[in-house]
Amino acid sequence: MRGEKYLNNDRIPSIWCPGCGNGIVLHAMLTALEDLNINTEDLVFVSGIGCSSRSSTYTIFDNIHTLHGRAIPIATAIKLMRPDKKVVIMSGDGDALAIGGNHLIHAARRNMDLTLIIFNNSIYGMTGGQVSPLTPSGKKGTTATQGTIEEQFDTVKLLAGAGASYVARSGTYYFQATVKYMKKALSRQGFSAIEVFTQCPIYFGRLNQFKTPAQMMLWQKENMILKEKAEKMSPEELSGKILIGEFVEEDRMSYIQKKELKLKEICKP
Amino acid sequence: MKIFKDIWQGAEACAHGAMKAGLDFFAGYPITPSTEVAEHLSNLLPKKGKTFIQMEDEIASIVAIVGASMAGAKAMTATSGPGFSLMQEGIGYACMVEAPIVICNVMRGGPSTGLPTKVSQGDVMQAKWGTHGDHPSIVLSPASVQEMYDMTIQAFNLAERFRNPVILLTDETITHMREKIEFDTEATPTLINRTYPSSKENYQPYGQLIDDVPVMANLGDGYGTSITALSHLSDGFQTADYQVSRDLIERLSRKVDKHAKDLFELEVWNGDAPTMIVCYGISARTVQALMARENHPNVGMIRLKTLFPFHDESLWEKVKHAHHIIVPELNLGQIYLEVQRTVGHRIPVSLLSKTGGNLINPDELSNEIERISKHAR
Repeated sequence: MRGEKYLNNDRIPSIWCPGCGNGIVLHAMLTALEDLNINTEDLVFVSGIGCSSRSSTYTIFDNIHTLHGRAIPIATAIKLMRPDKKVVIMSGDGDALAIGGNHLIHAARRNMDLTLIIFNNSIYGMTGGQVSPLTPSGKKGTTATQGTIEEQFDTVKLLAGAGASYVARSGTYYFQATVKYMKKALSRQGFSAIEVFTQCPIYFGRLNQFKTPAQMMLWQKENMILKEKAEKMSPEELSGKILIGEFVEEDRMSYIQKKELKLKEICKP
Repeated sequence: MKIFKDIWQGAEACAHGAMKAGLDFFAGYPITPSTEVAEHLSNLLPKKGKTFIQMEDEIASIVAIVGASMAGAKAMTATSGPGFSLMQEGIGYACMVEAPIVICNVMRGGPSTGLPTKVSQGDVMQAKWGTHGDHPSIVLSPASVQEMYDMTIQAFNLAERFRNPVILLTDETITHMREKIEFDTEATPTLINRTYPSSKENYQPYGQLIDDVPVMANLGDGYGTSITALSHLSDGFQTADYQVSRDLIERLSRKVDKHAKDLFELEVWNGDAPTMIVCYGISARTVQALMARENHPNVGMIRLKTLFPFHDESLWEKVKHAHHIIVPELNLGQIYLEVQRTVGHRIPVSLLSKTGGNLINPDELSNEIERISKHAR
């Protein structure tokens, strides 16, 4: 299996439930790293709290499992201290967009040299199925048993507006595309983020009438439309669909590049 | 020897002390009355090629310095009142992962937004117990601009030695006032640095302990360092095992508390006097001002330079001869409770409390001494 050499086998099996998509997202990341020939000395994984955040601890890379919502500022500091290393954040929808939302927009604004993977299972899995900022309106959670009346964030628009220089969206059904976007994000400077839809059959699925994990992945197949294809479709055809693909790809000076220039200016011999 | 003399602000002394200690990384968020520390460091750090970053809030600031520290940096932040409250979760995180960091907390009037520009000593117990769960605490209390410099260096040394957060618990007045500072520019202060593993072989982040303190590699060294603030095994992986968790929690406190006697530093004036004033920080300046102004042969002072770990026996040894103890504080009684607990069963302890943002006037202290002496007669 591609990427398997980076797995910490002493720590497997994972805590993830049968049918959970998080392993697919981690597999995509480790595959991307193997394709790019990344050595274990070259990268640090940072994660917050939640099901997806456990992923960093299953690798043999240096990794730090932090506080709920705080992976991004910790990753920022690690990058500033070790600018020669790639710093990758593994986070969930609650971790990155609710409790960590402020850190998210500011890391994007700074164009900080980090790669963020948002595992979007549309629910809080670790605590047992509460609604998150990415739970679609009307869907159920244990804290919205009649269906949530709240609206969800559009992660892509949020990150584009905040200043991220690379933003993509994918899903566990689209494994190859996910690997491709991850490789691109890992090869860039500045702030890159990928939202990856992943199925939570135990909580989101059970509360929202999905009978099997496979049914949830087929839902991705039927409802996710590639951005380029969507451009030729009518608003009626696009109703309820989720656009996937690469949405932002800008070459701007990153924080680290700007910092190095500034230091050269200040520390003239 | 080349003696440097100047008039510095307390915040400036803290910033220069941090630079002298080898500060690599500062993250902070503006808040009165600590902002000057950040302002000075934003100027000093980049000139040395080091990192200053203004974060989006205090939560980001505290966790950023933990991240930087785990990547090898000597790291600090400075904050006050509401910011210190926001930082408590991150301080607990630093305790659990054993990150050496320094937090300068400049006490202002609370609770909540309170009196942003006025002095207080209301955060003493928060500095000790602010974060949840049992954890070790090291808290230093400077009483002059000179000590803002010296104790900042000491704070870094203690943080590195114990791999633990150290809180420099100062206040609005000590931080904003300007007074004489003096040090030898040619002398290098003793600097303690954390121990790094000598080899990658069989390395575990919490596997090798020296005097209960782990020998850890930096994140980014590629040692496979794995860190979590969940209860963890020596390889850094989470566990809910009873014995492992219990051993971890006990070791974290033990590594500091077993050195409490050495860490608990006191300054004593007129130590044989029957009335002893136990004080710290800016309130000690009131005591010193009174004693410089008037002759009080029956009054002595014990100034706590370290607030925590609090070493009961050391205090008892210094006050056991006394007939009465006075604790002047800019709060409703916090160190007073520690003194009560330690010696209150043998010696009467009275609290001279003041809140509302003003300092204790030497006259008020003089009146309290007078009141007690009358009462004793």
